[in-house]
Amino acid sequence: MTVAVVGAGPAGTRAAEVLVQAGLRPVVIDEAPDNGGRIYQRPPAGFRRSDGDLYGTEAHKAQALHRRFDQLRGAIDLRASTLVWDVRPQQLLTLRDGRSETIGFEQAILCTGAMDRVIPLPGWTLPGVYTLGGAQVALKTQGCAIGQAVAFLGTGPLLWLVAYQYAKAGARVAAVLDTTDFATKAWRTGGLLRGGRTFLNGLRYVGWLRWRGVRIVEGVVPEAIEGDGEVTGLRYRTRHGTHHIACDAVGIGWGLKPETQLADLAGVSFAFDPVQRGWLPVRNEAGRTDIRGIYLAGDGVRIGGADVAELAGARVAWAVVEDRGLPVDHAAVARLDRALQRQAKFRQALDRAFPYPHRLAAGMADDTILCRCEAITAGAMRAAATAEVNRTKALTRIGMGRCQGRVCGPAAAEVLAAALGCPVEQVGRLRGQPPVKPIPMRTAAAG
Amino acid sequence: MNERRSDVLIVGGGGAGCSAALHLAQRGARVTLLERGLVGSQATGVNYGGVRQQGRHPAELPIARRARALWGRLAALVGSDCEFEVTGHLKLARSEVEEAELVAYLDVAKAHDLPLRMIGRNAIHREYPWLGPVVVAGSLAPDDGAANPRLLAPALARAASILGADILENREVTTLAHDGTGFVVTAGHETFAAPVLLNTAGFWGGKVAAAFGELVPVAPMSPIMLVTEPLPWFIAPNLGVVGGNVYLRQIRRGNVIFGGGRGENDPVTARSRVLPEPALRSMHLAIELVPALADAQVIRSWTGIDGAMPDGIPVIGASTTTPGLLHAFGFSGHGFQLGPAIGAILAELVLDGHTDVPLEPFRIDRFAATIDANKGDNA
Ligand SMILES: Cc1cc2nc3c(=O)[nH]c(=O)nc-3n(C[C@H](O)[C@H](O)[C@H](O)COP(=O)(O)OP(=O)(O)OC[C@H]3O[C@@H](n4cnc5c(N)ncnc54)[C@H](O)[C@@H]3O)c2cc1C
Ligand SMILES: Cc1cc2nc3c(=O)[nH]c(=O)nc-3n(C[C@H](O)[C@H](O)[C@H](O)COP(=O)(O)OP(=O)(O)OC[C@H]3O[C@@H](n4cnc5c(N)ncnc54)[C@H](O)[C@@H]3O)c2cc1C
Repeated sequence: MTVAVVGAGPAGTRAAEVLVQAGLRPVVIDEAPDNGGRIYQRPPAGFRRSDGDLYGTEAHKAQALHRRFDQLRGAIDLRASTLVWDVRPQQLLTLRDGRSETIGFEQAILCTGAMDRVIPLPGWTLPGVYTLGGAQVALKTQGCAIGQAVAFLGTGPLLWLVAYQYAKAGARVAAVLDTTDFATKAWRTGGLLRGGRTFLNGLRYVGWLRWRGVRIVEGVVPEAIEGDGEVTGLRYRTRHGTHHIACDAVGIGWGLKPETQLADLAGVSFAFDPVQRGWLPVRNEAGRTDIRGIYLAGDGVRIGGADVAELAGARVAWAVVEDRGLPVDHAAVARLDRALQRQAKFRQALDRAFPYPHRLAAGMADDTILCRCEAITAGAMRAAATAEVNRTKALTRIGMGRCQGRVCGPAAAEVLAAALGCPVEQVGRLRGQPPVKPIPMRTAAAG
Repeated sequence: MNERRSDVLIVGGGGAGCSAALHLAQRGARVTLLERGLVGSQATGVNYGGVRQQGRHPAELPIARRARALWGRLAALVGSDCEFEVTGHLKLARSEVEEAELVAYLDVAKAHDLPLRMIGRNAIHREYPWLGPVVVAGSLAPDDGAANPRLLAPALARAASILGADILENREVTTLAHDGTGFVVTAGHETFAAPVLLNTAGFWGGKVAAAFGELVPVAPMSPIMLVTEPLPWFIAPNLGVVGGNVYLRQIRRGNVIFGGGRGENDPVTARSRVLPEPALRSMHLAIELVPALADAQVIRSWTGIDGAMPDGIPVIGASTTTPGLLHAFGFSGHGFQLGPAIGAILAELVLDGHTDVPLEPFRIDRFAATIDANKGDNA
């Protein structure tokens, strides 16, 4: 039986590469129409912007990864535009063109990547508010900005990167509002000593935005995105009082969160990660889990960035090769392990430099819509607070809508923990159920 | 040893156990309820929410009638209506044979004063123009409806504890015994004692009964549930079909909840899981009933664990081995509606020694002969 790789981003691509090298022909499945994953997502055919425009300083990496993938095409069984909607023992349930198909596997490597982590605030459901990732996708795949005057709010590398990409593409950036104190300084103190490239890039973005005269404010407390039917401005607080800026679109994001639903459905154990403040699937350094045949790599396990994803994807594939009893290139494995250890240090610095502002989430006003799918306020959740997040979900419908808590889950856990006065890990985690994303009623069973 | 004493011990905090706690507490009994997880975290909290009398086994109808009356007074009883709504239950026939079955049930309903209205081929598509062409007839029970299953057990438990019942969650009962004078039950480090014990442990009621030498052929069952994203509201009644391979309702928020087929489960961990093939089949059957659903998206599926009896009706009543022990479990996939009345009946059995509802069909020993025979086979 085959090896399946879910996700054709940096992790999935490098995993497939190693598997092919070992003489295997993996099935590679991605919901997107083509490979690349989130960061190196390929633009639709006919879309004309240079790789330099699309991928910035990472263009050479994007090119290398795409080139490698193109070389692999003949040696893998690629299933693009195909969603994996459920995992059963030794089986993936996939959906493509309205048909559900079962793909058997002996080993499956899940490289499902990440999504934006948001903290709801009043007005975040207005049209014109996007996640940072959504704002970036609009630029990358449609070549258009989300508005005429865009404010960016949140924290972390993506905040600065997306603001930079927007300004660079000629969009008007109304402001970059970082909820971390001394955020711009963090770029320097956090990682330069270790020489992390991400930090160097971060410094560049900050410098460039400053030079362009973009308004940069650090340590803000956002109050509300304002507007009646559409975004007209953003209100926030600093030490010096309340401020207002005019804008017609806002990009928000507080770092990323792993897309762990498939690992959850596969039955992998989860543990609370105090640094990233979330429940993450447990795997060892090689990417093996406690479920036979299930392997994990990349941002879908723990946010580590694209470079780590590439390394981890290759590393986990060697684990699969080994578990299939095929010859392993031990020197390559040792190199990967060393590189992963080095990267882990940068990542720690980054996590420390831009901590998730959980107090901001915990303290959101009662009338803030916390769960936008079901329109449930933070106040409603506090009123129904019980000792466990799934029970509170049962009582309030929080996290029961279209996104199944993928968006509001982390913030909801913070609100609940604060209401109960307990550590956030004590309220548990939302349990996943198939399908991992909505599937059409008319989905037909095939094969 | 430090024992906690009460008049009645209840094992299991689903609809049956929580309503028993409430009805007993209302009448002044000192009650302790022990629940392994949180109240309503098993079948009672995850079911379809159908509050349906139509189509029930005749033996169940007296209980269902009584339960329906309680559903109507739920807000007064527990301070919440648990989103109970009288939507009507429309049971559909997709063939002549099925239609004949609907007609045959009219007599059963009449005998129990259950109002039903038969709707023929032309009328049904006129009254419900969104029904698919597979439907040939229907039978409407106007008094039936639906409620939010997640709310029932917590609401009953809250009302019971206000009246003084001890509702203890995260207490898994691990040993049960009768020491000649009363029951002694342990959960973790704690010991509980009472002269009366109610077994309302759902599927796991079989295990509790076995501790007292009563073997029951109860099997775990996991009906598959699915829900769509919200759609403009248009389906008023709760829909079922003869044969029961699909059922469907739309809540006011717009989501369509439907079910059909069975998932898998592991009673040891109390985990259950939807299976893809029957889930896809339910989607197909739902579209056949209501073609407008074809363009909707399914956002979630789930299931739970109920105890299924070979004849599809529960065990309710006194133990045949141990005085003071009463059972109410094995509701076979349709005990949510019955829950509120089960407590009332158990309270009468405990405090009055009898109840008006005929319980003979629910005797725990009704399968004793077959079990003994099976044992013989295996030996
Ligand atoms: C919105 C967003 C924007 C980002 N922008 C940047 C950036 O500009 N610069 C930067 O350095 N980092 C960025 N990152 C981080 C970067 O994407 C990751 O570090 C890197 O892509 C991780 O690689 P990966 O292979 O683990 O996952 P990804 O690259 O995310 O790839 C995961 C792939 O899995 C597929 N997938 C997931 N679930 C399923 C499923 N159920 N069925 C089928 N396919 C599935 C997805 O379609 C995706 O193609 C961004 C992340 C996000 C979420
Ligand atoms: C998916 C699904 C859909 C359904 N749809 C409907 C419907 O639409 N209409 C309808 O009428 N019925 C429906 N049913 C059936 C209905 O939900 C059940 O029959 C009913 O809820 C059973 O109630 P109960 O109190 O017997 O069991 P449960 O609700 O299962 O309660 C039993 C409790 O006992 C506890 N317990 C077990 N062992 C121990 C122990 N050793 N110590 C302590 N506690 C213990 C369990 O944790 C559990 O909470 C459905 C069932 C399911 C699973």
